[in-house]
Amino acid sequence: MTALTMVEAIRDAMARAMEEDPDVLVLGEDVGHDGGVFRATEGLFERFGEERVIDTPLSEALLAGLAVGLGAQRMRPVVEFQFDGFLYPAIDQLVNHAGRLRNRTRGRLSCPIVIRAPYGGGIRAPEHHSESPETFYAHMPGIRTVIPSTPRRAYGLMLAAIRDPDPVVFLEPKRLYRAVREEVADDGEALPLDQCFKIRDGTDVTLVGWGASLARLLEAADLLAEEGIEAGVIDVATLKPLDAATILDAVRRSGRCVIAHEAPRSYGPAAEIAALLAGEGLFSLLAPVERVTGFDVPVPLPRLEDHYLPDAERIAAAARRLMGYR
Amino acid sequence: MQQVASFAVERTAYLDADGSSVERLPAFAGDRDELVRLYRSMVLTRTFDAKAVALQRTGRLGTFASSLGQEAVSVGIGAAMRAEDVLVPSFREQGAQILRGVTLEEIFAYWGGDERGSDFAGPREDFPICVPVGTQAAHAAGVALAFRLRREPRVAVCVMGDGATSKGDVYEAMNAAGVWRLPVVFVVNNNEWAISVPRSRQTATKTLAQKAIAAGFEGEQVDGNDVIAVRAVMERALALARDERQPRLIEALTYRLSDHTTADDARRYRDDKEVSERWKAEPVGRLRGFLVAREWWSKGDEEKMLAECAREVDAAAEAYLARSDQPATAMIDHVFAELPAAMEGQRSAIAALGARAGGEGR
Repeated sequence: MTALTMVEAIRDAMARAMEEDPDVLVLGEDVGHDGGVFRATEGLFERFGEERVIDTPLSEALLAGLAVGLGAQRMRPVVEFQFDGFLYPAIDQLVNHAGRLRNRTRGRLSCPIVIRAPYGGGIRAPEHHSESPETFYAHMPGIRTVIPSTPRRAYGLMLAAIRDPDPVVFLEPKRLYRAVREEVADDGEALPLDQCFKIRDGTDVTLVGWGASLARLLEAADLLAEEGIEAGVIDVATLKPLDAATILDAVRRSGRCVIAHEAPRSYGPAAEIAALLAGEGLFSLLAPVERVTGFDVPVPLPRLEDHYLPDAERIAAAARRLMGYR
Repeated sequence: MQQVASFAVERTAYLDADGSSVERLPAFAGDRDELVRLYRSMVLTRTFDAKAVALQRTGRLGTFASSLGQEAVSVGIGAAMRAEDVLVPSFREQGAQILRGVTLEEIFAYWGGDERGSDFAGPREDFPICVPVGTQAAHAAGVALAFRLRREPRVAVCVMGDGATSKGDVYEAMNAAGVWRLPVVFVVNNNEWAISVPRSRQTATKTLAQKAIAAGFEGEQVDGNDVIAVRAVMERALALARDERQPRLIEALTYRLSDHTTADDARRYRDDKEVSERWKAEPVGRLRGFLVAREWWSKGDEEKMLAECAREVDAAAEAYLARSDQPATAMIDHVFAELPAAMEGQRSAIAALGARAGGEGR
């Protein structure tokens, strides 16, 4: 086994999928010779050639629509968008076509595609490079929205996304691309989609998040442990379809829940999880549900970014507030 | 100063408005059976459209987009394509769809609000009707890219209206087709009206065909009311795409004699006199004039065929009207290949609603 960064794990998963299935293609801007602006496709061009690692024109609406056409022809395109903020032109194709081609043809045509984009803040990036748009995709019928939080989960979830017969939006927390290394076995083993991962047990409060927030939740759990508060941590991983059972099960034990995300607050995924707890977990709750999120503002430029992004201290403070309820 | 680029746009036409030939005809025009097939397809399409409008007016069909006056465009396309090619239509290509084996009942079902209408029994790889204007152009590029990567001698044919050429999506798709030399033919059904916006206000370019030039391939015009010309030009374009990997844009000049859809009233923005003038150049009478002049078509042939087309359309309409609805759960059963566990609760709720309505809930 090798210790890999997340971006290397994603690259290995794509290479593995391309090795095992000739219909898997990688497309995007600068994915060929350049290996992608984050190097997620490094070496793939040399290994698989220009017909399987395809540099496209600078053309985001095309990219998603092209994937729909390829998917309808039973190819499995993995499409890289350079940044979250440049994924918006693809929304038309995703919501109007990718997410409904199977349904509107009653299964005659389908769309086994993966839309990849580096996402989220925390790397002091320019404007439009720090967005957290997961809510948009999670709201679209017919599309899975998957966000890894470690190199190992990135590898397993990417393999699962490529093998899945339906469209997956795969958002890669760019601040985690090279933040840590982890042993990742390139063994072709996928991780399950549509499932949350229980990362840490804790009976006092359940901390729920995904992507880059996961590390913040774990830091917060450490802070809380020093104070004698046992915090459990859940990595949602697939935002939709949402594995409600795992979250409900944990909150039934703890009675308290903090949900964290970088995305703006209103109508964000935390609201969906809070509604789930209100609807199906109400009598287990010992305290209100807390949301630690971005604000209803455009992501600030780097100098104010730290005030925007949820951090361990904000998460721990929310958990402490909940501990005040008996 | 030196000139570094220039272009020309050619227009093909074989028949004038009363069906006399103005050019030396292509070889297939010497084949009576083929011309009768084209003629019958146009008449069948027109009969179908009239029935669909009648069903809509009497509350038995949803909003419908007639192709009245533009039958030669889609019939010419459908007649030139091979079965293994893929049609990526807009929403006014029933003539091509019928020729490719989509049944009249399926087309009625689609416009009647039943998704099964897009589960074509015939051309299994053809795209369903595309409502968001111009978004289908990228699908055609994707289909063509798949053909090219698999070295299959097949062509994707994307049809769009004149309004679609103003969309960035269409340019993005054409641009990629040019860069990668994709086996794709883009056809613009220029019927001069994008709902209420006339061609003159859609773009300042002299032709729509020249939009291909910026994408690095040829564009040409064809008289879209001359089915012989549309078929001939399509055949040429398909061969170039198939054998030479040359994408092409064909602008078919025609006219929308109907409203945009049954939900539209064109009298609000369009002079009736313009419409009656354009009736003089419509495609069905034009080909009939040609056939009659060659003594290939008699009054008896005409009556017999009209009756056949009416019978075929009526039978399809009756079959459509006799269809039972899908179970309510059909709305959730095709969203994903397999129902995600997280959606099982929603499926039960839908099944209960179906059962409440007395339908087959599950």
